[in-house]
Amino acid sequence: MNEIYFHSVTLRNDLCTGCTICMQNCPTLAIRVIDGKARIISEKCIDCGMCLKVCPYNAKTAITDSLIELQQFKYNIALPSLSFYAQFSQKYSKNAINLALQSLGFNEIIDVSYYAEVLSAYLKDLSLNDSIEKPIISTYCPAVTRLIQIRNPELIKNISRLESPMEVAAMHVRKKVIEEKNMSGNDIGIFLLSPCPAKITSIKNPIGIEKSSLNGALSIKEIFPKVLKKLFAQKNEKTEIQQSNLGDLWGRVGGQRDVSKIQKSIVVDGIDEVAKILDMIELGKLSNIDFIEAYSCVGGCVGGPLNVENPFIAKYRIDNRCNNSSPISNDEIRSNFKYENLCWNREILPSKIMELDTDIAIALKKMEEINAIFKILPGIDCGACGSPSCYALAEDIVQNRAKISDCIFKKLEGEESEN
Amino acid sequence: MKFEYTISNLDFSTAGEASSNIKKVLKLLGIDSKIIRRASIAIYEAEINIAIHSYGGKIILYVQENSIKIIALDKGPGINNIDLAMKEGFSTATHEIREMGFGAGMGLPNIKKCSDEFSITSESGKYTRLEIAINI
Ligand SMILES: Nc1ncnc2c1ncn2[C@@H]1O[C@H](COP(=O)(O)OP(=O)(O)OP(=O)(O)O)[C@@H](O)[C@H]1O
Ligand code: SF4
Ligand SMILES: [Mg+2]
Repeated sequence: MNEIYFHSVTLRNDLCTGCTICMQNCPTLAIRVIDGKARIISEKCIDCGMCLKVCPYNAKTAITDSLIELQQFKYNIALPSLSFYAQFSQKYSKNAINLALQSLGFNEIIDVSYYAEVLSAYLKDLSLNDSIEKPIISTYCPAVTRLIQIRNPELIKNISRLESPMEVAAMHVRKKVIEEKNMSGNDIGIFLLSPCPAKITSIKNPIGIEKSSLNGALSIKEIFPKVLKKLFAQKNEKTEIQQSNLGDLWGRVGGQRDVSKIQKSIVVDGIDEVAKILDMIELGKLSNIDFIEAYSCVGGCVGGPLNVENPFIAKYRIDNRCNNSSPISNDEIRSNFKYENLCWNREILPSKIMELDTDIAIALKKMEEINAIFKILPGIDCGACGSPSCYALAEDIVQNRAKISDCIFKKLEGEESEN
Repeated sequence: MKFEYTISNLDFSTAGEASSNIKKVLKLLGIDSKIIRRASIAIYEAEINIAIHSYGGKIILYVQENSIKIIALDKGPGINNIDLAMKEGFSTATHEIREMGFGAGMGLPNIKKCSDEFSITSESGKYTRLEIAINI
């Protein structure tokens, strides 16, 4: 596998019918249908998971790990993402769910919400820092960060560069286990229970850091029924009610704003709406705003494609669980975590994948060819050629990825003139 | 290469389309993202001005290897006092338009800031013509 372009989103050829629905819905136009099967142009994919959501045949899946992977390690740690507990009925406490996870082979379960709350405090600091370009854009949804890299590279300098709660949690707990249990790092396996392919891709192919502290990820969809089975088997063991941290709110849209209490925040969900807000920032129309909390999925991470519960029900449960949460003290946050350890140390690079050529003169020539071809195409964007629009087909032809006879209308015309 | 976009008067559902289309074109051409940003701000502001203050018009874009030229031309009513219109904060936008988030009087000054060459001509009752160039 090409590691540079590793993507969690992938396609099951046996299930794909070549229906073009994913192609028509892909926000970065990264999908083509070739010989009756959908293909993802790897460099253009931001792992938003839109194709997973819209595929009627479940042919789009996420590459994930499975519980067997735990056997590679002596000590396994689960990091449930912040939408995880909200997948379960409220009659199951966090502790009960954690016990179920333990019986599946995890030695320890880490509460990521704690780290989300820590990061909220540092996010607030950034919003108050006048020397930082505003609005700052959250890094929490990696699909949004990748969208910025390929679509709005001018906004890379607005990205907050704060690490994700999962990554901070993994770093922190790995260090702790090595020290306290006197273990070698190689013996410790840390696994994310992930709601989406975007977060999984960030483990194999991280942004802003050299290497992730996580070892892999299981999809919530896959682990959920197994946990549920264990929960059924629990004989009403008295489990203490574990308080939720406010950081759990990060599991739904608006959570980062609500915990960090940054007043001038814009909260936006759904990749198309996110793209519009990014354009507004580029136009300088949102310079009065301090913080942009943006999610590829509608509803935030509860809307992730690898969840099982309806996002709105999950959101309700998150709010409910956090109702009585009391904040972590500022002293505790500041004495245990330093800003330098919470942020990215690597440059975020723009992606040039949308460009026709690196040489403007050649690009201009290619565009003239594209426009000439586009003029003779029907202009109805039917998708039958396997490109998402007539313009995209014209571009694919000029870039040698397709031919004019891929257009069924052009093909018919050609056959008629032969007869 | 030449691109042309028609802008209708007071049609807010399509306002901003020329600018976002041109942005895509410039991106395909591999033009530096800083320059694309300047061009899209200028075009967006010119486009909104045509939609808000004029009876309709068009935006024409010329892209060459070393420069982008943009012409925004409308069918009037024109600008009486150009020096005044160019002042930061000067606006004749109505209350309703301001409610929609326009009318800060920053459009023309911003266009000027984003361009390497800038000229504006107008004849009262007839037209306003904005011509700008950005070096690549
Ligand atoms: N195309 C045009 N036709 C007629 N009048 C115009 C045109 N463009 C600008 N003006 C006049 O110039 C004034 C200043 O324009 P400018 O774009 O700087 O500010 P604005 O459009 O009023 O507000 P903003 O651009 O900040 O939303 C306008 O209020 C309007 O009176
Ligand atoms: S919104 Fe959350 S669940 Fe959806 S892609 Fe982004 S990080 Fe993943
Ligand atoms: Mg204006």
